[in-house]
Amino acid sequence: MTAIETPQADGRHVGRPLKRKEDPRLITGRATYVDDLNPVGTLWMAFVRSPEAHATITSIDASAALAREDVVAVYTAEDLDLAAPLPMAWAPPGIDLNVPEHWPLARGRVAHVGDPVAVVIGEDRYSVVDAAEDVIVEYEPLPVVTDPEEALRDEVLVHPDLPSNTVHEWSLGGGDLEAGFAEADVVIERRIVNHRTAGGAIEPRAVLAEERAGHLTVWSSTQIPHFLRLFLSIMLDLSEERVRVIAPEVGGGFGSKLQIYGEEILAAWAARKLGRPVKWCETRSEAMMVTHHGRDQIATVRVGAKRDGTVTAFHARILADLGAYMMLLTPMVPSLGAFVMSGCYRFPAVQTDIVGVMTHKFATDAIRGAGRPEATHMIEVALDQLAVELGLDPLEVRRRNFIPADAFPYETAIGITYDSGNYQGTLDKLLEHVDVEAFRAEQERLRAEGVHRGIGFCTYTEICGLAPSRAVGPSAFGLQGGGWESALVRVHLTGAVTVYTGTSPHGQGHETGFAQIVADRLGTDPQLVEVIHGDTSQGPNGLDTYGSRSLAVGGEAIARAADKVVARIRRFVAHKLEAAPEDIELRDGRWIVRGSPDKGFTLPEVAGLAYIPEDIPQDMEPGLEEVAFYDPGNFVFPFGAHAAIVDVDPETGKVTLVRYVAVDDCGPAINPLLIDGQVHGGIVHGVGQALYEQVVYDESGQLVTGTFVDYALPTAAELPSFETDRTETPSPVNSLGVKGVGEAGTIAASAAVANAVMDALRPLGVTYLDMPYTPMRVWNAIQEAAR
Amino acid sequence: MIPAHFDYVAPASLDEALRALADGGEDAKPLAGGHSLLPLMKMRLAVPTLLVDLRRLEGLRGIERENGDWRIGPLTRHADLQRRADLGVVAQTAALIADQQVRNRGTIGGSLAHGDPASDLPAVLAATEGRVTIRDAGGGSRTVAAADLFQDYLTTAVGPGELITEVRIPALDGWGHAYEKFTRRAEDWAMVGVCALVKRAPDGSCEDVRVAFTNMASTPIRATAVEQALRGGPLDDAAIAAAAEHADEGTDPPADLNASADYKRHLARVLTRRALQRAAGS
Ligand SMILES: Cc1cc2nc3c(=O)[nH]c(=O)nc-3n(C[C@H](O)[C@H](O)[C@H](O)COP(=O)(O)OP(=O)(O)OC[C@H]3O[C@@H](n4cnc5c(N)ncnc54)[C@H](O)[C@@H]3O)c2cc1C
Repeated sequence: MTAIETPQADGRHVGRPLKRKEDPRLITGRATYVDDLNPVGTLWMAFVRSPEAHATITSIDASAALAREDVVAVYTAEDLDLAAPLPMAWAPPGIDLNVPEHWPLARGRVAHVGDPVAVVIGEDRYSVVDAAEDVIVEYEPLPVVTDPEEALRDEVLVHPDLPSNTVHEWSLGGGDLEAGFAEADVVIERRIVNHRTAGGAIEPRAVLAEERAGHLTVWSSTQIPHFLRLFLSIMLDLSEERVRVIAPEVGGGFGSKLQIYGEEILAAWAARKLGRPVKWCETRSEAMMVTHHGRDQIATVRVGAKRDGTVTAFHARILADLGAYMMLLTPMVPSLGAFVMSGCYRFPAVQTDIVGVMTHKFATDAIRGAGRPEATHMIEVALDQLAVELGLDPLEVRRRNFIPADAFPYETAIGITYDSGNYQGTLDKLLEHVDVEAFRAEQERLRAEGVHRGIGFCTYTEICGLAPSRAVGPSAFGLQGGGWESALVRVHLTGAVTVYTGTSPHGQGHETGFAQIVADRLGTDPQLVEVIHGDTSQGPNGLDTYGSRSLAVGGEAIARAADKVVARIRRFVAHKLEAAPEDIELRDGRWIVRGSPDKGFTLPEVAGLAYIPEDIPQDMEPGLEEVAFYDPGNFVFPFGAHAAIVDVDPETGKVTLVRYVAVDDCGPAINPLLIDGQVHGGIVHGVGQALYEQVVYDESGQLVTGTFVDYALPTAAELPSFETDRTETPSPVNSLGVKGVGEAGTIAASAAVANAVMDALRPLGVTYLDMPYTPMRVWNAIQEAAR
Repeated sequence: MIPAHFDYVAPASLDEALRALADGGEDAKPLAGGHSLLPLMKMRLAVPTLLVDLRRLEGLRGIERENGDWRIGPLTRHADLQRRADLGVVAQTAALIADQQVRNRGTIGGSLAHGDPASDLPAVLAATEGRVTIRDAGGGSRTVAAADLFQDYLTTAVGPGELITEVRIPALDGWGHAYEKFTRRAEDWAMVGVCALVKRAPDGSCEDVRVAFTNMASTPIRATAVEQALRGGPLDDAAIAAAAEHADEGTDPPADLNASADYKRHLARVLTRRALQRAAGS
C-alpha cells in the first residue's frame, strides 16, 4: 500500500501519491451522472424485450399501451428510418466476416433473450414500464443453440438468413511450429475454458438526448463519446458538427461502455422525432442481459518443450462464442490475445488460430483486458501444467523461458516488438515478499490438519496503449479508425490551467494524474490544473478511453501540449530577461535564466506577459495555449509477477483466497496511489472470474444469472488485503516512459488463482480444473478424482 | 427493477394498521424492512396494490426477557439482534444474514412472515421451538408454533389482513448452540444452513438436542433422525459424526445454480457435524 500525500505548491508532483482530485465530489454525492439530469419536458423510454432466445415475431399489438394517458409513442423496427445499422468496426484485410445486420429494434425476428422489440415512450419513468407490459407481442419460437461447439455444426442457425454460424477465422503466428513440436521431448495439450463474464459497472448505462435548433446533444454513460458522436451522425444522417456527446460522470465501464448501443441511438432518434428530451436509465436486470459480456472462449492449447522446460512451440486454438450479434469490436477481441501469446517468454514458434461463432446469447465484446486475460490464462496455466508434467518447479520453467532483460526491444516470434521489460526483476521482487520454501513447509503442515493450501504464480506481459494507427488501422490489423490521442493545454490570464483531453476517463483518476504531469511542466500546483474530458464540443477531437491507453497515449499528448506551452513560456521570458530561450528554466516555481535566480516569472506572471502582450517578440502570437496530437510509434507492454495463495476445504470444495501479492511494472509512476487503485480493482476482477463470477445461460437461451444475487461479484468481505509492489522499467515509446495499468491486474489474476487452486488440489488427485472454482465444481472434481 | 403502481399508508397505531390491511383486501401487504418484499416488487413477482408501512409502530420493536422466553417485537431489526450476544444463537445467526445494509433494515417479523426456506431466522425459530403471535383486524389473536408457521415455499400461517405482533423464543439457558451457514460470498443466502442446539446432561452425555435446516426443503425443517441418533447417548466427536450422517434423511433440497440436490445433502451432513461439534463445545 502507498501512503497518501497531499499536494504542495512547489516541487515535483509526478511520482507522488496525491489523493484523487475527483474523489471529494464522487464520495459526497455531488457528482453529476446522466440520471441526475432532468431537462424540463423529458420523456422516458422503456423497452419491450424478447423473452425468447430465438423466435419469429408474428405480431405486435401496442394499442393498449398507446391508449394509456401518459404514453406518447410506441415504436417498432418498422418506424425506424435510420441511415445505417449498428456498427461493427473491424475489417481485417483479406478476412471475410459473416456478420448479421443489427438494428436497435429487432426486425421480424429475435436472436437472444432481451432483444428489444419495441420502445415505449411516455411522460414518466414508472408508467412507461407499466405500458411496456401492455404491449402484446406474439412469438413463434425457433430452434435455439447456445453451445458454441454445437453452433459450429450449423445444425441450428443463429440467423437463418446467413449461411453459417461461423463468423470468421483468423490466425497469427511466427516461427516454425512443426519443427518446434518435432524437437520437443514432451508435448502437453489442455482444453482451457474461459467462461463468460459481465462488466458489472456499478452505474448501469444511461442516456439522455435533446435536440434544440437542429443541434443534437446526447449525454451518455459511455467510455467513447467521440465514437458515439461519429456513429450518431452516420446512423441519423446528421452532419457531425451538429452532434454533441457528453459523458458526464461515468460510474465504471470496464469495457462494457466501449460500445455503441441501440438504446443510445434510439434516444437520439426519438428526441428528434418527438421534439422533446428523451431519457433512458438501464435497470440492473437489463444490464445483466443486454450490456455486452466478455470472454467466453474454449481454447485447445498445445505446448512442446524440452525436458529442461525450454518451450519449443506454443499453439492455441480458440473457439470464441461471440453471441448473437457483432457489436462494435465483438469478433476482434479474441485477436488481441494473439499479440501476446508469447507471454514474457522466448517461444521460438507461436501460433494462434481463432474461430468466431455465433450463438443465441448476448454479444461478447471488450471487458477489462479484452483477449489478453484469456491468452495469459492459457499461457500461465499451461506452463504450470507443463512444469508438473516435467517434475520441475513452475518458477524454474518460467525463468528458463524468460526473455532476458538485456534483450529489449525484443521481437517475438510473431513479429511484435516488446518495448521494454525485466521479467526476472519483477519475479525476484515478488519472491522478496513470498517465501516459497517456507510456504511449502506450511502447506505440508496444514495438509495434515485437513486444510489444502495452494500457491499459484503468474508472470505476465500484456499489450496496451492503443494504439499506433499504423499497426491497428484499416490496412493493418483492420480497425476502422486511428489510434492517436489529443490534448489542449490552456494557461489562463490568472495562471490557472485548463487541460482538455480526448480520452474519456470514467473512474480511473486521470484528472489527478494528468494535472500532476502538467503542473510539473508549467510550474504550478495540480490543484490549479483542471482536466476537462468527455465532451465532444470542448477541446480537440479525441479517441476516448479503453485498452489502457489514457496515460500512455493521452497523457503523452498532454505532456507534449504542455511542452509546447513551455516553449512559448521560454520565449516570452527570454524576451523580457534578454536571454536565449534555451537558457530559461523552471526553478522553485519561477521561470528564470539559468544561474540567475534573482529575476524570474511565476506562471501567472508569464500569463500576464502572454495575454497583455505589450512586450513580446515581434514574431510571436500572444496567448498561452497549445494543442498536440500524438500517435505512438509502438504499443507499450507492462508486465509483472503475481502470486495467489488459496485454501481449499476438501469437505465442501470451498476456495478462499488468503493472500495475494502483486508486483507490477508500468514504467515510472506518475501517481503510485492511482496505480494501486487500478491494480487492486484489476485483481478483484480477475479473482472474481476465477472464483465467483459467471454469466450462465440455460439450454433454451434463458439468462440464469439475471441479478447480482446470482452473478456473484466478490466484495471486500471475500478478499484479503492485497500486497502490491512495483518495479519501474521505462518504456522508450513515450517521453513519460509510462505503460498502461488499468487492465494488468485482471490479466494476471485469474491464472495466478487457477494455478493456486490446482496446487492445492493436486494431492487430492485433481490435476486440471476449469474456472470458476465454485464450491460445487471443486467438490465434484475431488469426488471424481477419488473414484 | 421498476415496481408496478401501488398505494402507500404509514399508520400510527397497530389497530389502524390492521384496519388498513383489512380494508385493502387480498392485495394489501404489510411493509416492514422491505428487503424481501421490495425486491419481489421490483422484479414484478409481487404486485401489491397497497403497502401498509409498519415503521411507525414503535411498540412492535424491542427485546425483552420474560421468564424463560425472549419476547421480541416483529419490527426488531437483524442489526439489533446481532448486537445482543445474550440472545445466543439468535444473535449469532442474525449477524450472518446478508450484509450490514440489509441487517440495518430487515426485521425478524418480516423474515418469519415471508417464509423463505433460504432465510436464516426461520430455522432458528424451528430449532428453538419458538412461536409467534398473530393478530387480525377483528381483534382475533392466536399463537402459532414454529412447526405450524412455515407451510410451504413463501407460504406461512400469516393470512391476508394479519400481522405478526410478537415473536417468542425460548432462551434455552445452558444449551450449547451454533449456526453454520454455507455460502459462496459472505452476503449470500445460505446454500445450506444448520442450527444446532445441544443440552449436556451432568454426566456429559446428550440430554437433548435440536437440529434444524435452512434451505433443505420448501420450509425450514428439523433433522429428527440426527436428533434421535444423538439424544440420550454420548456427545463425543464419533457420536456426532455418526449422527450427522443422517442429516439428509427426510430432506428435499431445491437444486439451484450453485448447488445440486446431492451436493446440498452432502453439505447438510458436513455442516451438521460442524454445527453439533461447535454446539457441544460451547
Ligand atoms: C441482498 C439481500 C440479501 C439477503 N440475504 C439474506 C440472508 O442471507 N438470510 C436471510 O435470512 N435473509 C436475507 N435477506 C432477506 C432479509 O433478511 C429480509 O429483510 C427479511 O427476510 C424480511 O424482513 P423485512 O423486514 O425486510 O420484510 P419485508 O420485506 O418488509 O416483508 C417481507 C414479507 O413479510 C410480510 N411482513 C413483514 N412484516 C410482517 C409482520 N409483522 N406481520 C406479517 N407480515 C409481515 C410482508 O408483507 C412481506 O410479505 C436478504 C435480503 C436482501 C435484499
